[in-house]
Amino acid sequence: MVVTELQQRMQQSFIENVDEEYLMDCMRCGFCLPACPTYLVTNKDEIHSPRGRIALMKGMRDGDVVWDGSVEESFDMCLGCRACEPACPAGVQYGVLLEETRVAVEQVKPKTIAEKAIRTSTFDGVFADQKKMAGAVKLVQFYQKSGLQKATRKIGFLNLFPPFMKEMEGVLPTIETKKKRKVALKPKTTTVAFFAGCLMDTLFQETNRKTIELLEWLGANVVIPKEQQCCGALHGHSGELEKGLRNARANVDAFDSDSYDYIVNNAGGCGAFLSEYEKHLQSDSAYAEKSKRFSERMIDISSLLVKLGLNNRLKEIQVESQAIVTYQDSCHLRNVNKVFLEPRSLLQDAPGFEYKELIDAGSCCGSAGIYNILQPEMAKKILDLKMKGVRELQPAKIVTSNPGCLMQMQVGIQREGLEDEMQAMHIVDFLYDAIHKNQN
Amino acid sequence: MKHSQAHLLAYSYDATANFQAMPDLVLSPRNTEEVAEIVKFCAKEQIPIVPRGSGTNLAAGTVPSRGGVVLLFNNMSEILELDQENLTITTQPGAITQDVSIYVEKNGLFYPPDPSSMKISTIGGNVSENSGGLRGLKYGVTKDYVKALTIVTPDGEVMKIGGKLAKDVAGYDLLSLLVGSEGTLGVITEITLKLIPLPVAKKTGIAYFNSLEEAAKTVSAIIANRIIPVTLEFMDKGTIGAVEDFMEIGLPREAEAMLLMEQDGSEKQVEEDIQKMIAIAKENGATSAILAASEEESDVLKTGRRAALSALSRKRPTTILEDATVPRSEIAKMVKAIQEIALKYDVQISTFGHAGDGNLHPTCLTDVRDKEEMERVEKALDEIFQVAIDLGGTITGEHGVGEMKSPYLEWKLGASGMALMRNIKQSIDPKNIMNPGKIFAKETKKRLVIHGGN
Repeated sequence: MVVTELQQRMQQSFIENVDEEYLMDCMRCGFCLPACPTYLVTNKDEIHSPRGRIALMKGMRDGDVVWDGSVEESFDMCLGCRACEPACPAGVQYGVLLEETRVAVEQVKPKTIAEKAIRTSTFDGVFADQKKMAGAVKLVQFYQKSGLQKATRKIGFLNLFPPFMKEMEGVLPTIETKKKRKVALKPKTTTVAFFAGCLMDTLFQETNRKTIELLEWLGANVVIPKEQQCCGALHGHSGELEKGLRNARANVDAFDSDSYDYIVNNAGGCGAFLSEYEKHLQSDSAYAEKSKRFSERMIDISSLLVKLGLNNRLKEIQVESQAIVTYQDSCHLRNVNKVFLEPRSLLQDAPGFEYKELIDAGSCCGSAGIYNILQPEMAKKILDLKMKGVRELQPAKIVTSNPGCLMQMQVGIQREGLEDEMQAMHIVDFLYDAIHKNQN
Repeated sequence: MKHSQAHLLAYSYDATANFQAMPDLVLSPRNTEEVAEIVKFCAKEQIPIVPRGSGTNLAAGTVPSRGGVVLLFNNMSEILELDQENLTITTQPGAITQDVSIYVEKNGLFYPPDPSSMKISTIGGNVSENSGGLRGLKYGVTKDYVKALTIVTPDGEVMKIGGKLAKDVAGYDLLSLLVGSEGTLGVITEITLKLIPLPVAKKTGIAYFNSLEEAAKTVSAIIANRIIPVTLEFMDKGTIGAVEDFMEIGLPREAEAMLLMEQDGSEKQVEEDIQKMIAIAKENGATSAILAASEEESDVLKTGRRAALSALSRKRPTTILEDATVPRSEIAKMVKAIQEIALKYDVQISTFGHAGDGNLHPTCLTDVRDKEEMERVEKALDEIFQVAIDLGGTITGEHGVGEMKSPYLEWKLGASGMALMRNIKQSIDPKNIMNPGKIFAKETKKRLVIHGGN
């Protein structure tokens, strides 16, 4: 076999970037296989399993395989949902290995000029700078409000934006007019710093507003530190970890105050990366302590709502159950932050609804950050499987904890022609509505 | 058909540390006829065939050590028939063990063999390895449930052996020969399994001990008291800690040993037996012996036990696991010997296993990259094998010989036993295309002589 110069550099990059000790943690027992969505939808293809991918990472490092399309495909097809981690008795840090692999690949892989342009505008531009993000979103809002949306969808107005935003086109949330805020139930004792999230704060602004309102209603004092940035997760997952860590440091600085009891976020994908700042920055002496303080105070919105006593508030509102509500886990909220009971407990107590569990609610919906744009075929297969369960359950609301999942589930609903029967909602929007509609 | 570089690497290993070899081709046939065509072609061209289920083998039995074709059963994974009159289930080899188990239990029936990898492993793999599991003590192992097989012989002929019969003595027992043959005598393409009625009740007890010997004595005492529980599982301190690291279920890390005891049957019998077992554990020095609070708790404990091996691999980069099995009466001696051997060679060994079956899994925690340590590990494992044989035991109770234990097989069988097995292999697979390099080693390891005092 003739090994090209590129292949040699790729092997070197794997040696430099992918940690051998982490690779050795995998003893190949295969316990991860049934947890992996891509393994299952490919009829058990080992190259699309965590065990296979780890073997390939090691193979790249050891020179047992050389970089080619088949190796690349295996890594690219990974959703990064990390469902393999809780399934792994050996405690393999798959998320770290995947990030390291993506860094290794990005450093060597030649890119087309177009791809470079998109990556630069996405990772250095829009996602690095909250103002640019807001600017892009104002355009989207104008576009929606002006009623042009339907007419222009065909000609692809959102071609103007990075590709992932274009894909959101079909399922963009609609803008609501502001409502009067509810008065707080009790004096404010808990101070919560709100991590707004770049997508949540732009495309899903309404959800953020309701998040703040709910927290205030439950007696929290909500602060929104101004200097915050995009969490950096998308960078990290795409092999641009250094750029992601640039954002991480900015956020750690922005939230470094003793007066915050919690730092709350309402997007599962961000939450996982935020809670891992500590891990990523532990060897940075200037940030090791600070990032630990940051990650320790990080909490997801459902857990915080439970802590602030929302369950009892919901139970006080007594309304007959009229429809089914179900929950699709956010992979990273479930697999990384291990939060899955709290959102369910809130939905179980939500007035007017009966909670029923969706089959395989814990497995990925196929959204996986920008995966549904990069790997549309695989994403579709995974979503189809998910929608099979949805059709059986017939819920009126599918609740999620992450903007990517929310849009993906809405895409699923539209694809199945079920828009008149059901709706995908963010958990905050759902709870907010359940309270407002059923209480004067 | 798969032959990309990534695929060849992804089918070059199973769950056995330190064994890996690339196949030349990976094939997923859709039916028995296609398997027969593949085998005929490979026989003509003398190409090795390695049948592979989910690759959870622990003795390198599914590593394609001589290259050739890896045969997958992902396109042959259907449950074909549940026969309620004869109480049998017929499946293709690729069906997942747990799926079969759940399916029959929904119908009020029971398929007892439950290897720890049952969530991942295939029925075909279980039959080829004659897999055991946590319920072996009362219900036996896979071979006790295989009623009929469709096989493709090494020259490509399709053959049906056995049947849905309660009795059958027509000639040699070919079923028994095929079960546990590790893919060396043909390809299994259809399997009929015996089912039994699902017991109405089950209960689980847990006991913790300050010493391994007390736990081992408890096991012997339970059997001596004429109780045959479904499950009598053992974990030592190292294993308890590793499982706790993974599951965080509140196992006491300070305990030197724990026993998981389960009984099923009628409500009355279950209650009686489980109380007796708890009492016996206390008599033998258990610091705590209690009933699991609920079925959920019992399931969590069993899940923890199933994850033991993989959880142990948290501790060191490489885990090398053994499968030594001794008569039940010798379990305390075996446990003690393992401790002494670990000390003698200064290696880290954690032990868990099916204590009630006399089947222990001493697991060496090591690092393949450390040559000097690996030499000591090898010596320790050699000695464990020898002690097991000296106690009337065997080198493998349920994982199979594969490639890993092949150098030791003669220790157990002797030269004449090896010759007889070689003759069987030679007459069925004269071209040696079926999973070559397994069971029969090129060279037998030099037998260890243990001097007095050990």
